[in-house]
Amino acid sequence: MNQAYEISHLLAGAMLVTSFALLYQERIAAVLNAFAAQSITLALAVAWAAWSDHRPDLFITALIALTLKGIIIPLALRRTVERLGIHREVEKVVGVGVALLVGLALTGLAQALVVKVASGTPSHAREALALALAIVLLGFLMMIVRRNAVTQIVGFMSMENGLILAATGARGMPLVVEVSVAFSVLIALFVFAVFVFRIRERFDTIDIEALDRMRGDRR
Amino acid sequence: MPGLYASGAALGALAATALLATLVRGGALALVYPLCAVAAIVLGAVDLHVLLTGAEATAQLPIGLPTVGLHLRLDALSAFFGIVINGGVLAASVYGMGFDRAKELTPRVEPLFPLFAAAMNLVLIADDAYAFLFSWELMSLASWALVVARHTDPESRRAAHVYLVMAAIGTMALLFAFGGLAGPAGGYAFDTIRAHPPGPAVAALVLAAALVGCGSKGGLVPLHAWLPLAHPAAPSHVSALMSGVMTKVAIYGFVRIAFDLLGPPAWWWALPPIILGALTAVLGLLYAVLDRDLKRVLAYSTIENVGVIFVALGLALAFRANGQHEAAAVAMAAALLHVLNHSWFKSLLFLGAGAVLHATGRRDLDGLGGLIHRMPRTAVFFLVGALAASALPPLNGFVSEWLLFQAVIAAPALPQAALHFASPAIGAMLALAAALAAACFVRVYGTAFLGRPRSVEANQAHDVPLVQQIAMGGLALLCILGGLLGSLLAMALAPILVDLVGAALPPAGSGPTVFALIAFDPARSVYDAPVIAFFVAIASLTTVLVVHRLSARRTRRGPAWDCGFPDPSPATQYTASSFAQPLRRVYGTAAFAARETVVMPPPGDTRPARFSVVLVDHVWQALYAAPGRAVLGLSERLNTLQFLSIRRYLVLMFAALVILLAIAAVTT
Repeated sequence: MNQAYEISHLLAGAMLVTSFALLYQERIAAVLNAFAAQSITLALAVAWAAWSDHRPDLFITALIALTLKGIIIPLALRRTVERLGIHREVEKVVGVGVALLVGLALTGLAQALVVKVASGTPSHAREALALALAIVLLGFLMMIVRRNAVTQIVGFMSMENGLILAATGARGMPLVVEVSVAFSVLIALFVFAVFVFRIRERFDTIDIEALDRMRGDRR
Repeated sequence: MPGLYASGAALGALAATALLATLVRGGALALVYPLCAVAAIVLGAVDLHVLLTGAEATAQLPIGLPTVGLHLRLDALSAFFGIVINGGVLAASVYGMGFDRAKELTPRVEPLFPLFAAAMNLVLIADDAYAFLFSWELMSLASWALVVARHTDPESRRAAHVYLVMAAIGTMALLFAFGGLAGPAGGYAFDTIRAHPPGPAVAALVLAAALVGCGSKGGLVPLHAWLPLAHPAAPSHVSALMSGVMTKVAIYGFVRIAFDLLGPPAWWWALPPIILGALTAVLGLLYAVLDRDLKRVLAYSTIENVGVIFVALGLALAFRANGQHEAAAVAMAAALLHVLNHSWFKSLLFLGAGAVLHATGRRDLDGLGGLIHRMPRTAVFFLVGALAASALPPLNGFVSEWLLFQAVIAAPALPQAALHFASPAIGAMLALAAALAAACFVRVYGTAFLGRPRSVEANQAHDVPLVQQIAMGGLALLCILGGLLGSLLAMALAPILVDLVGAALPPAGSGPTVFALIAFDPARSVYDAPVIAFFVAIASLTTVLVVHRLSARRTRRGPAWDCGFPDPSPATQYTASSFAQPLRRVYGTAAFAARETVVMPPPGDTRPARFSVVLVDHVWQALYAAPGRAVLGLSERLNTLQFLSIRRYLVLMFAALVILLAIAAVTT
C-alpha cells in the first residue's frame, strides 16, 4: 500500500517538474511538447490511482486526459502554430530566472499552506494536494509571464491538469463532473483558438498586447 | 387606538392625493391644497387628543422587514411634534389655496407636497428602525424633489445636489445609529431597544451618529451648508415647511434617540450638542446678518434656532444625567416650546417672503423697500414674525428663550467642571445670538418694508390674495397667543417632560397670576406674559398719546427725511449691505476673513469707483470643497484601473490569490 502512494507521488512530482519545464521553455514547439508530457504523466497518475484504489471509473478520466490533452490538443495547437508560422521565441514579461524563482516560492507556499490547512488528514493525501496546488499556481504563473496567446492557452490547460490531479486524490468525485470539466476545457480551447485566429487576422500578430492598442488603452 | 386609525386614514388620504395629483393636470391641481389642509386638521386633532388625554396608541402591521413587521406608535412626544408639523402643513396648504390656478400650479410641485407632509408624519409614528429610516428617507427624497422643482435654474440644481449628498450622509449616519442601538441581536423595534440599552462605548458612537444624522437634517454647524441653498430654492410654501417643520423632525429624531432609546445619559453626552449648538446659533446669525437674499437670511436664521434648540437639549441631558430633574424639565420645556414657536414664526416669515417674492419677483433685499405701503397686511404679519424671531416680549419667541436662559443660569450648579465653566460662555454666546437676531430682523424689515422702493418691481407691488393673508394672519395670531399663553403650552407639555426627564414645570396656578410661567419657584423665576403685555401696551399707548399731544396734531405725508437734501434716487437710502457693514467689520474679519477693497479711478477718469467685499466661508472650504476635491482626485486615479490589459488583470487576480493563500498559510 505504501508503495502505491510513493508511485502516485512520483508521478505527481513528475508533473510538477514538467510545470517548471513549461516555465523555462523558450520556443512554442517545446512548450507544447512539455505540455503533452505533463498531460501524459497526468493520465499515468490517474490510471495508477484507478488501479491501486480499485476505482475503474478513473480509467475513463485517464483515457480522456490521454487522448484529449496528451494527443489531440497539443497536435491541434501545433497545427495552429504551423499555420500561423510562429516558431520563433516567445516574448516573455520577466526573465526565465525570475519566473523559476517565483515558481519555487509558489511551490513552497503551496506546501506550507496545505501543511497548515489540512493538518488533520493523512500525510500522503496532504502531499498529493500540495503538489496539485503547486501545479495550479504554476499554470496561473505561466499565463501571466508570457505574452503569447498560445502559451496562455497552455498555461490554462496546465492549471486544469492540476485540478484533475487534485480531484483524483479526493475520493468520491463523480465521473460526470470530470467529463463536464473535460468538455468545458475543450470548448475553452475552441474559444481560445477562434480568438487566436481573429487576433492574427486583424493584427498580424498574436501578441496579446496588440489588443490593447485597439481598445485605445492608456498606459 | 381609534386615533391611530384616523391618522392612518388621513395619511392614506395624503398619499391618495399625491397619487391623484400625478394624474391630473392644470386647474384640478388646485384641489391638492384643500385636501392637504383637511388631512392636516385631522392629523393635528388626533395629535392634540393624544397629547391632552395621554391616550397612547400602538399598531403593528405585517408589512416592512420580514420578522420585524411595521411598528407604529403615537405617544405624547410624537403627538407634540405632530401638532408642530400639521400646524405648518395646514398653514402652507391654506397659503397654497391662494395660488393662481393658471400660472402657479405645476405638476412638479403639487403631487409632492402631500407626499412630503405624509412622510414627515410617518417619521413621528414610526416605532421601529426600519419604519423610521424608510419614512425619513421618503421625507428627504420628497423634499429634494421639491427643491429641484425649478430645475431650469442652475442654482436650484446645485442646491439640490448638495442637499441630496448631505441627506445621504445623514441617513447613513442614522443607519449606523440604529445599528448600534439594535445591537448584535438585531432588535429593531423601539420597544426592544428600550429594554436593552447599549453599553457606554456603543452609546457614545450612537450619540455621535445621531448628532450627524439629525444635525445634518436640522442644519447643525458644520453640517449646515446645504440648508441655506436648498430651503430658499424650493417654492415659498415648501420653504416654510422645510425650514419651519422639517428641521423639527430632525430634532424629534435626536430627542427620540438621545432621551428615549439610548438609556440613562452620561454627563459628557451634553457637551457635543451644547458646544455645536452654541456655535451654530452664533455662526448662523453671522451668516444671516451679512446675506442679501431675503429667503436665505430666513434659512440662516433657522440654523440659529436649531442651534438654540440643541443647546437646550444638551442642557437637559446634562441636568438629567446629574439627577437635577427640575432644571432638566426647564431646559427640555425650553427646547420643545422653541420647536413649537420657531415652527410658527419661521413658517410665517417664509410665507411672508413668498408673498414678497410673488408681488415683486425679487428676493434680494437691495431691490426691495417701501413694501409697507404697497403690501400693508403682509407687512404687519411679517413684523409680528420678525419680532417673535427676535425674541421680544410679549411674543412667543421670548417665552422659550426666557426658559432657556433660566436653564443656562441654573447650569453653574452642575457638578462637572467642564459644564460648570462652559455655562457662562454658552450664556454669552446665546446672548450674542439674541442680539444678532434682533439686528438681523431690523435689517430685513427695514430694508424690505420701510424706506422707498429700490426697484420698479417693488414700486408696483400689491398685496397677496385673501387666503394667503389668512394663512399668514393665523400664524401671526398664534405667535401672539403663544406669547401670552406660554404657561398653558408648558402645562400641556407636562406628560412629555415627565416621560423624558422625570419632572415637569411647576403648575401654572402657583404663581402670582393665573397665566404666569414659572421656571423654578414662584419667588424668583416668573415670566408673566399678560402683565408684561399689558404694561407694554400701556407704555406704547402713552407714548403715542404724548407724541400726538406735543406734535402739531396734523399728519402730513412727505418724502422720507434724507439729511435735508431730498434726493430722487432711492439708492441714497441705507441698504442691507450698508446696515450690515459695522457687524461685518466687527465679526466678519474673524469669522469669514472679510476683505474690503476700494478701487478709485485716477483723476480725470470718468469710471465710477468700485467697492468690493470678499467673504470666505471657512466651513465650506475645509469640510466640503476639500473633501470633494480629494474624492475627485482619488476617483481620477482609480479610473486607470478600468483600462488595464488582460494580462495585468490576471496579474492582479493572481497577486490577490497568492496574498490570500499566504495569509491563510501564516494565520491558521
